[in-house]
Amino acid sequence: MSEEKHIDIDYTAKLARINLTDAEKEKLSSQLDSIIGYVEKLEELDTSGVEPTAHPHPVYNVWQEDVVASELSIEEALKNAPAQRDNMIVVPKVVD
Amino acid sequence: MEYEAVIGLEVHVQIKAESKIFSRVRAGYGHEPNKLVDPVVMGLPGALPVMNKAALDGIIKAGLALNCTIPETCKWDRKNYFYPDSPNNYQITQYDQPICDGGYVEIELPGDTRAVMGEHKKIALTRIHLENDVGKLNHFAEDSLVDYNRAFTSLMEIVSEPDMHSGEEAFAFLTAIRQTMIYCGISDCDMEKGQMRADANISVRPVGQKELGQKIELKNLNSITGVKNGIEYEIKRQTRELKKGNPITQATWRWNANLGQTEMMREKEDAHDYRYFPDPDLMPVKIDEDWKSRLFAEIPELPWNKQRRFMEEYELPYSITSVLVPDRLLSEWFEAAAKQAPKLAQSVGNLVANDLLRELSEAGQALVDCKITPDTLLGLVKVVEKGTIPKNVANKDVFPEMFKTGETAEEVIERKGLKADFDEGQVKVWCQEAIDENPKPVQNYKDGNEKALNALLGPVMKKSRGKANPQVVNKLIRELLS
Amino acid sequence: MSEELHYKSASELSELLGKKELSAVELMKATIARTKAVEDKVAAFNSYDEADALKQAEASDARRAAGEALGPLDGIPVGIKDNLAVNGQPLTCSSKMLEKFVSPYDATCIEKLKTEGAVLWGRLNLDEFAMGSSTENSAFKTTSNPWNLECIPGGSSGGSAAATAAGQAAMTLGSDTGGSIRQPASHCGVVGVKPTYGRVSRYGLAAFASSLDQIGPVTRNVKDAALLLQAISGHDERDSTSYRISEPNFLASMEKQRGRKWTLGLPKEYFANAASTPAMEPVLKAIEFYRSLGCEVKEVSLPHTDYAVATYYIIATAEASSNLARYDGIRYTHRAEKFDTKDSVDIYCQSRAEGFGEEVKRRVILGTYVLSSGYYDAYYLKAQKVRTLIRQDFEKAFEEVDALLTPTSPTPAFKKGEKSSDPLSMYLSDIYTISANLAGIPGMSLPCGYSDGLPVGLQILGKPFQEDEMLSIANEFEAAHGFKDQHPSL
Repeated sequence: MSEEKHIDIDYTAKLARINLTDAEKEKLSSQLDSIIGYVEKLEELDTSGVEPTAHPHPVYNVWQEDVVASELSIEEALKNAPAQRDNMIVVPKVVD
Repeated sequence: MEYEAVIGLEVHVQIKAESKIFSRVRAGYGHEPNKLVDPVVMGLPGALPVMNKAALDGIIKAGLALNCTIPETCKWDRKNYFYPDSPNNYQITQYDQPICDGGYVEIELPGDTRAVMGEHKKIALTRIHLENDVGKLNHFAEDSLVDYNRAFTSLMEIVSEPDMHSGEEAFAFLTAIRQTMIYCGISDCDMEKGQMRADANISVRPVGQKELGQKIELKNLNSITGVKNGIEYEIKRQTRELKKGNPITQATWRWNANLGQTEMMREKEDAHDYRYFPDPDLMPVKIDEDWKSRLFAEIPELPWNKQRRFMEEYELPYSITSVLVPDRLLSEWFEAAAKQAPKLAQSVGNLVANDLLRELSEAGQALVDCKITPDTLLGLVKVVEKGTIPKNVANKDVFPEMFKTGETAEEVIERKGLKADFDEGQVKVWCQEAIDENPKPVQNYKDGNEKALNALLGPVMKKSRGKANPQVVNKLIRELLS
Repeated sequence: MSEELHYKSASELSELLGKKELSAVELMKATIARTKAVEDKVAAFNSYDEADALKQAEASDARRAAGEALGPLDGIPVGIKDNLAVNGQPLTCSSKMLEKFVSPYDATCIEKLKTEGAVLWGRLNLDEFAMGSSTENSAFKTTSNPWNLECIPGGSSGGSAAATAAGQAAMTLGSDTGGSIRQPASHCGVVGVKPTYGRVSRYGLAAFASSLDQIGPVTRNVKDAALLLQAISGHDERDSTSYRISEPNFLASMEKQRGRKWTLGLPKEYFANAASTPAMEPVLKAIEFYRSLGCEVKEVSLPHTDYAVATYYIIATAEASSNLARYDGIRYTHRAEKFDTKDSVDIYCQSRAEGFGEEVKRRVILGTYVLSSGYYDAYYLKAQKVRTLIRQDFEKAFEEVDALLTPTSPTPAFKKGEKSSDPLSMYLSDIYTISANLAGIPGMSLPCGYSDGLPVGLQILGKPFQEDEMLSIANEFEAAHGFKDQHPSL
């Protein structure tokens, strides 16, 4: 089963927003193919009727009441920004 | 060939709350950029979301008000996509277990005239779910600036079925949602502040065809009128294209309100692969009957019900109810007066819907700051009813004074000396004099010309220096001439 | 100052501080001196702030002088894994992505340590974003195993374990997603505890895999682990997954249970390859020790063990692919200087290409793949279901036994570079530790001997929220053996 499937590395890397060189693509896709081949062993298990575990110790209704807590100062919020102007973060023009 | 449009709306409504949906930093509008942020809102390493109880209350209430089913449990999912306004590059939303299922919105279409109630319809909802709002991008010539103040504001998405067929219906749909939200105190739905936003899915098909036509998504509908105009424009455009034999292609369009036309934003892009999965940082929500009934009890009488009741209980004309009811405070103000004297409700309604709103608007005042109270307004109606002063004096002279000073009707009448300083006997004497002095109109009246009586009214009013009640004068003259 | 001060345990140091035979400033100076003396060899720290640490120590001395000492950790230097937020200090996650990032806030565990008066000391190296088992995946440096500088210290909390073993901090904090505290503790001959999921708030821990991550102590003895665990435990409103349960006094509860005849389980699946497992001998001896104490030791079965690594790598990478999406070149991370401005997503793609190392890219892309359209049910949902089966295995086992004994790692520390070319074999070395994260149960590693001169750890897995029992079991062994007093020669 694993030999048939090959990760579409171009599609997946783009989805993950990571540029890869051709050499990286080649190396990664073969490594990932072998990892994917390995994890496919889960298919052996019959899990019909088994509830998925999303949290190890699930509880319901964990919330806070609507009471305002303190904010970061604008200076602190932006101190790590790669580019800022007028207290806002500068990004290349995006087409909306 | 005849064509028909099929429209579905996705309406985003911000839930009014002090703090944000997954952080307790203040939620608000109009602050300095990046003022309302904390580690969660900036998506800093290590920050974790925590639900806001008020946001849950808000959406459950909205769901109950819009006739949805509230499933026992719902959960949170991450919708993964990269965009500069999204601090984590995923939105916390609800994928396959929304908090509200189904439901419908009752809408009213315009009647033949403003005085006539239009047709009511139910527009089916698919679901309502809760998610975090994103930040705001400000575009400049060379670059864009991101402000995260809006990010993580509580946002509901109300998704309709493709159940509408015109811009008018979409307009009515949004209006009804807006009124319901405001009535319930869930949101102010101020579209200018982005508290309510709508996207439309529009397709056109030949009448009689079952399958839907190719839909396009229409964005940037920034006002309720924009929704109506944008959709109407788009329906015409698509119909025109189809008639020319040009197929519609999947795309996202935007409404340009300045030019009054739709324009294409982007053609069909790669199908989004959002990689939804349950958010491991948040626990699921369980909603029991108790919680639901507590919130249900907080829902006030909703607008359509109230309007029907006002028309029935107070015999108000549709046109007055359609002014009073959309404003919850105004309708409650009205009713505070009307319920004390249901028989005078029509006069109260007229004064509220016409005079009060006019004075408020001229003074630029809000109802809560108004010096007239429901009780004093009712007092004014009562003195007119008693015949103490004529209606025109009440409306023109007394009401504006009450509005300015907050005095009761009696106080204004007293202070301005508007009360007649004579009794009905004196008026009767003046009427007899007028009859005697004007034989010609009297004869005309006796010959069957009703209007001839008006010629007698003037002389009596003159004798009374304008203080006689015209209705009373009219009545007395008729008695004397019968 | 005694030559050995840097190897005294936190509990001993606390006593000296309490008796005013030692000042926090003296202790901090000795810690700084020790750190500098061996850091060339060990390379455990990404950064440290001497002036800030001395200032904290001075404040501690002032409190003590005023009779206002805060708790047993007041004045004790605690090293911090560089993926925990400390206000005003760098938070790099050993990634180029966050090389210049300074945290504007404190993690909850850091806040708690401050409340206890602990002196926060240094930022400890890790595998980038805690992804790895050797600390070789750090973007900045490779930390060495103090016992053999040619070997890796384990990972991802390699800096925490190495610094603790080398006496560069009295105790340290690590984080454990699939063994990242226990495995390096085992390789460096120190004690490492992964608490029950939900015991310690994750607020302020740069997330790798949210449903698996826990912060925990790395110390030179069990008592210290109990002390540090006490300081950082507790429900936190800012972490929705933190559990609303009161914590016992771990130390007192541990002492109280001294001499209890435990029923201990040996998962047969973990011992199947005992013969070919180099680190097994000291573990088997440790098991014999418990038998000699009169504990009942019996075989149990965790039938889904063989599926744990696959389950783990699907869940962990899926969550990571989403958790690490925030490192995008926009708000606070590295931004590529050159990118294609005509392609609206290239600023992300290029910044992430430059900011992430190879292992992070590998896992983020794998996680993206398993969640992508058409694969969710086959991978992620399936793994969540198998996770349920794994959890149930443990529930069943704990019906029969109080705790499980296993090796922490199939091998002692390996040579640097030995496994870095084969990610899958590296992943498979997590076989004994990852199940605890999947099941959300507590686990710890305790030094139990040596193999070829390298430390070997005994892993104890406990019942959920019963860390005190687990610590108590560890305490019996430690008290009867001298391993806590064995230190590497540096």
